[in-house]
Amino acid sequence: MQTLREGGRWLFVLLLVLWGVRPGYAQSPSDAGFLSTLGELREASFPDKEGIVDRLSQSGHPSVRSVLTAFMEDRLVYRNDDQRIFIVKSTEGDPPAFDLIDPLTLKSGGSAPVDSLTRIGTNNGLRRILRTTVAHFGLSSSDSSVRLEAVRDMLKSLDEPTVVLLRQQNGVETNSRVKREIAIGLALAALDSSDTQMRLDAIVTLRSSASQDVRNKLEGLLEQSSNGKFTEPDQKVRKAAADAVLIIDRWRTFYSGIETLFFGLSLGSVLVLIAIGLAITFGVMGVINMAHGELMMLGAYTTYVVQTAMPGHIGISILVAIPAAFLVSALTGVLIERTVIRFLYGRPLETLLATFGVSLILQQLVRSVFSALNRSVITPDWMSGTLQLNEALGITYNRLYIVIFTLVVFAGIMAVLKRTRLGLDIRAVSQNRTMARAMGIRSEWVDAMTFGLGSGIAGIAGVALSQLTNVGPNLGQSYIIDSFMVVVFGGVGNLWGALIGGMSMGIVNKLLEPYSGAVLAKIFVLIALILFIQARPRGLFPQTGRSSENN
Amino acid sequence: MKRRNLLLTAILLFAAMVSTYAMMATAQQPTIKVGVMHALSGTMAISETTLKDTVLMLIDEQNKKGGLLGRKLEAVVVDPTSDWPVWAEKSAQLLEKDKVAVVFGCWTSVSRKTVLPVFEKDNGLLFYPVQYEGEESSKNVIYTGAAPNQQAIPAVDYLMKEVAVKRWVLEGTDYVYPRTTNKILEAYLISKGVKPEDISINYTPFGNSDWQTRVAAIKKFGSAGKKTAVVSTINGDANVPFYKELGNQKISAQDIPVVAFSVGEEELSGVDTKPLLGHMAAWNYFESISNPANKAFIDQWHTYIKNPKRTTNDPMEAHYIGFNLWVKAVTKAGSTDVEKVLAALPGTETANLTGGIAKVLPNHHITKPVYIGEVRGDGQFNVVWKSAGTVPGDAWSDFLPGSKDLTADWVTLKCGNYNTVSKKCLSLTSK
Repeated sequence: MQTLREGGRWLFVLLLVLWGVRPGYAQSPSDAGFLSTLGELREASFPDKEGIVDRLSQSGHPSVRSVLTAFMEDRLVYRNDDQRIFIVKSTEGDPPAFDLIDPLTLKSGGSAPVDSLTRIGTNNGLRRILRTTVAHFGLSSSDSSVRLEAVRDMLKSLDEPTVVLLRQQNGVETNSRVKREIAIGLALAALDSSDTQMRLDAIVTLRSSASQDVRNKLEGLLEQSSNGKFTEPDQKVRKAAADAVLIIDRWRTFYSGIETLFFGLSLGSVLVLIAIGLAITFGVMGVINMAHGELMMLGAYTTYVVQTAMPGHIGISILVAIPAAFLVSALTGVLIERTVIRFLYGRPLETLLATFGVSLILQQLVRSVFSALNRSVITPDWMSGTLQLNEALGITYNRLYIVIFTLVVFAGIMAVLKRTRLGLDIRAVSQNRTMARAMGIRSEWVDAMTFGLGSGIAGIAGVALSQLTNVGPNLGQSYIIDSFMVVVFGGVGNLWGALIGGMSMGIVNKLLEPYSGAVLAKIFVLIALILFIQARPRGLFPQTGRSSENN
Repeated sequence: MKRRNLLLTAILLFAAMVSTYAMMATAQQPTIKVGVMHALSGTMAISETTLKDTVLMLIDEQNKKGGLLGRKLEAVVVDPTSDWPVWAEKSAQLLEKDKVAVVFGCWTSVSRKTVLPVFEKDNGLLFYPVQYEGEESSKNVIYTGAAPNQQAIPAVDYLMKEVAVKRWVLEGTDYVYPRTTNKILEAYLISKGVKPEDISINYTPFGNSDWQTRVAAIKKFGSAGKKTAVVSTINGDANVPFYKELGNQKISAQDIPVVAFSVGEEELSGVDTKPLLGHMAAWNYFESISNPANKAFIDQWHTYIKNPKRTTNDPMEAHYIGFNLWVKAVTKAGSTDVEKVLAALPGTETANLTGGIAKVLPNHHITKPVYIGEVRGDGQFNVVWKSAGTVPGDAWSDFLPGSKDLTADWVTLKCGNYNTVSKKCLSLTSK
């Protein structure tokens, strides 16, 4: 069976080479055969399906790649009434009917309601086979990133036909990154060569890689079996391999340090984002707003509503949600300020209790409108995945965007406070209310606007959180403590304090986490914070000047 | 004058009618009270509200069939919230004030541990529907959820034999169920020859949402050249960001599969399932299992809840089994008296929803089939493995040093923690 499949792979490679010469636009003569093989998928067991996939890939039919890709992504279905097999164009957004594609011609095959279709199931074993098979097709893609991905997938299971394919690709490949990846693959294969010089050369090539797989393979050479024999017979090659492992390890440690730093920055930027709004309401106005978390929750729910309102445009909906969430939360904030908080200025304890009540009301409101169940906010494609900088270092897109987003929001707030009339008024009122009033500033109006601004920022933070965590009625509660911590640590009334404080708390947390675990890391940070507050009760950047004396 | 007489007669007649009606009502049999104790607010409300509705539906159905012993069933619903001390208070209220015949309730182990002393003191009867960590057998509790040997151990066996997993990450939320389960699994894996350096155990807090470091660590642990799998006892909504992060860091189910013990259809219904495709769950029931009884149950549920999109899940089936077992035991005993029902329960059998038989064992656990499913694109599961027949629930794990000599038998030994070596019952209550 194994040799048979091997033989099949060889044949398949041959066919692929032929394709490379002349892409088969002509209708393949084996349409009927292809269709009947495809049809077997309906009833087959998982092991049988593996055989069918093998046969399909060898059939050389022009639409094999699309069919197998669809199969891998769970988009291959058959229509219940006539048992015909179709590819589903997209299952995104849970539509009531699917657009179908004919597997032979790859042209539209109309659409059908979801209930009238049955999916052809896959399991992990099958998907693994599909992935390698599809990767082989990826080599002939005109997009260099697809080719790179294909080569990387192929490196995971290097066998002889794959090496032959890589060698051929090496001759025609123009992209330097793909070429480098292929060189690594060929070098990995060359490690098994009987020629000592070839093995030494291969190790020199591999030394520049930072991939864990390469490292494992090299370390494998150094292994000693129980009778004292090394896997690698030659002393010189062993020495070179040991050096290479050392070099790769050093690079990997370096990259994992950068990774930790980035994790810290991304956690920190979430902390900053949830704390900026509070830094304005608590820091500048001195209002302890326990409903701050719920304003974030409203922002997250706004994202959900916007997303449901514009199905099919998931990617844009997030961008639309940002101003929408700002408005919803800001208006709610102004409402809370006008109806509750303004009667309680100067009475912090009562404000605390009243806003806590407001937070419960908002939670219950959301529970009544959206139910207690979590809502699913879909992550758009441009926010999922990883920016792979090299083999050892990848940065997830959603975190990267959130770091950037936080900095943009922070810069925006700074601009509003420093450059606009509203900002001037806010600063004037917070520094000396009586004097500001004497200068003709309507302090009541400024209060409402300040609170609205802080609440709106909370709403924007909610949009970001909807991409990271669950959108449910309890969303706010889980973040309110953290946001107060950041503001207190950074120094009340100082936005820069919130930024530096949040970022450093995030980084310290992430530096500790690998050693102590997530639970202990949090506790350590909390203890450190308490000790810090003992030493500097006013936080990192205490407010100075006349206004601070009144506090 | 005449008119006044007429009015008087009318009033008298009305009064007579009302009183006869009232007399008729009192002459009728009193109802049987059934306690329903699930958190309807707080963090656990997401999961437990469904179970409350399930019991109400079952009671409704039973009443349509004419009730039980010629009497109607009456549900007494309490909301113990997600605040643990309230549970003891509410269970005492059900048992002492409302005098319910039986209680269906609890989800988390901490809530069960809280109400246990109350049930043992007042001699109540509790049907507990959720998979749990074992190491317990009370006279007053029937465990209709899975014990570790009905879920965790078979799942690990599957990964070891069918997927050839060599390295293990045991990832859990930091509380009693994951900690005990992982202790059992660790002992089991080591007994199967897995080296301690190939096992990584880690805990994160409830509702953890920042999984970057953990997922990066799993990726690193899994890149040592041996097939690696994650056994997840992560509970509640922390699962969503966990799977999202796995997807973002490009760890697919083909590279490092995750098998979860707390992720079911209900949990997936609020989730974007794209990053979960192919990850696994081990349960004793899946909604996707095709069976006439299951189809009827799903239809009944959709009609009752008036929403054809609602899913069914494993703990719901456990309540279905528990309720039917109780009905059968009461019929057999001819009474709702707890002592008589408890005497009748062991040996009682009822059909489960997947074509098997659930039988109450002397240790107050039941027989269940084990299924392992892979997540499909539509949030349902593809069954990839099932146990041959049903597996009897084992209260005391055979893999922990403290518990392997213990056995529970409420029929002959009348003891929940009998030590087979010293031939002694450790104590009559479960504490």
